[in-house]
Amino acid sequence: MTEIFVLAEHRQGQLRDITFEMLTKARELAEKTNAEPVAVILGKNVREHAKNLAQHAKKVLLVEDARLENFNSEAYQRVLSQLIKENKPLLTIIGHTSYGVELAPRLAASLNIPLATDCIDLAFEGDTFTITRQMYGGKVNAKATLRKSESYMVTVRQAAFQAQKPPAPLNGQIIKVPSPLTEEVTTKRFLEYVLPPPGGVDITAAEVLVGIGRGIKDQSNIPMVEELAKALGGVLACSRPIVDKGWLPSDRQVGTSGKTVKPKLYIALGISGAFQHVLGMKNSDLIIAVNKDPKAPIFSFSDYGVVEDLFKVVPVLKNKISELKAQKA
Amino acid sequence: MDIIVCVKHVPETAEAELKIDATGKGIEKAGLVFDINEWDDYALEEAVRIKEKFGGTVTAITVGPEDSESTLRKCLARGADRAIRLTDQKFAGSDAYATAKILHSVIKTLHFDLILTGAQAGDDGSAVVGPVLAELLGIPHATMVKKIELGEGKAVVNRELEGGLEERLEVKLPALFAVQTGINEPRYVSIMGIRKAMQKEVKVMGLAEIGLSENDVGEAGSWLRIEKLYVPPVEKQAEFLKGSPDEIAAKIVEILKSRGLI
Repeated sequence: MTEIFVLAEHRQGQLRDITFEMLTKARELAEKTNAEPVAVILGKNVREHAKNLAQHAKKVLLVEDARLENFNSEAYQRVLSQLIKENKPLLTIIGHTSYGVELAPRLAASLNIPLATDCIDLAFEGDTFTITRQMYGGKVNAKATLRKSESYMVTVRQAAFQAQKPPAPLNGQIIKVPSPLTEEVTTKRFLEYVLPPPGGVDITAAEVLVGIGRGIKDQSNIPMVEELAKALGGVLACSRPIVDKGWLPSDRQVGTSGKTVKPKLYIALGISGAFQHVLGMKNSDLIIAVNKDPKAPIFSFSDYGVVEDLFKVVPVLKNKISELKAQKA
Repeated sequence: MDIIVCVKHVPETAEAELKIDATGKGIEKAGLVFDINEWDDYALEEAVRIKEKFGGTVTAITVGPEDSESTLRKCLARGADRAIRLTDQKFAGSDAYATAKILHSVIKTLHFDLILTGAQAGDDGSAVVGPVLAELLGIPHATMVKKIELGEGKAVVNRELEGGLEERLEVKLPALFAVQTGINEPRYVSIMGIRKAMQKEVKVMGLAEIGLSENDVGEAGSWLRIEKLYVPPVEKQAEFLKGSPDEIAAKIVEILKSRGLI
């Protein structure tokens, strides 16, 4: 039977959420194409994970090897090349994560399998495989087709699909596949995980966050927004470009490569709303966004939007809040 | 140390309003400002810093039409020694895979110890060219690189993982690293630098010179074909607050009051 592979992603003993998002989509596609959803897990002592995955897939391919303890794209490529050559899955789904972007393009090129990355939707239409992905920082969606092939590969965006449990546990069969690794991978070696030094402010604990993005233009404008944050009893957070420029420390970064926050109030100033940022703040209780571009994606995730120059709105807003607080005091 | 940096000339769209063009497969380019891809800017800076520390050369290479020459000039002004532009009408429609093949056809003829690319491009965001190029060249690679420490025949790099975590890897050289933004602080270009760069030669090569066939490039040589672009459907739309800045601020204050936030 045709199979749809999902590469299980795990780190430091935990299966990552995207694994179950991918399995949900794989089951949906498998039903339409009369294929079987298969979870593939590589690691060392990961049988417990395999048992968990078996509830979400018809089959689990388990490859255990001490050399697979920590993710190494080179080791993964050698193992997955063999599994794909032997089983010829219709589709292999990998997360568009730090691990997936390291692995998938090279694996696809080595096997000459067409690949589409960072997909937010997948569909087989007749004998055509169609994907949806975003371009220009999420301002445009693209529908694209992959070159006709017996086997395809995709990486999918985090949170593009909502993880669901199958109606009944699938009790999939766990098949232990002997590791094809015969020697150490020496071109690339995992050394260690590095955690950033703990910062002074824990933005995940704040009830009010004022988030700033590219629209803040210059470091000299930061005190102005910091005053607004203070007036609201909150702290400053930011999107990636602000940390890249060194204007705020990395512990203030909200998004996939930073922190996930859920404050009572999130005010987004000059943030366009690329998904990497949005994933980190969209579950805030109340979101108010100020941006000059009326089509900025951030407005699709906000409760209230203001299409205006943030430098005109922020000082007035700060004064009004300060006055109100002075009256109450 | 001889370093090759792959760069892309892309429109700046973070703060621009985009319109889909008449073909439905691209965006209207008129009115957009083009510049070096943000990630590649960091890759170039990293290459120049390594050259300043260890000596050697930096070669900037791009695939693109004549306007992309300005991005190569910027690279020369910032410290690249040589620039190569690969261009041909037959390249139109090339996806990231075909682009990697085009770059490979030339890079394989050059001497290098290190190749740097951006982790992705701001237009299509594929994050594919770097690792595929490494595969075609048969050299190890690392993506999302936030730090590079060069040693004898090898490098130790920090890769960005999710949630602020990083991993350290040891990679044998020659290697390809796709760098993440924030790895350094790209320098400004002096007027002198730009003037000097104008005198340097940009080598231009087409399909005939790079030894690929028509079927390797363009749509024929690609994995992916764009069928249609569209503005993302709005699942939830913010309620827009209108008026003068003063009126808008008053409305925000009312909302915050009603929610007990002030």
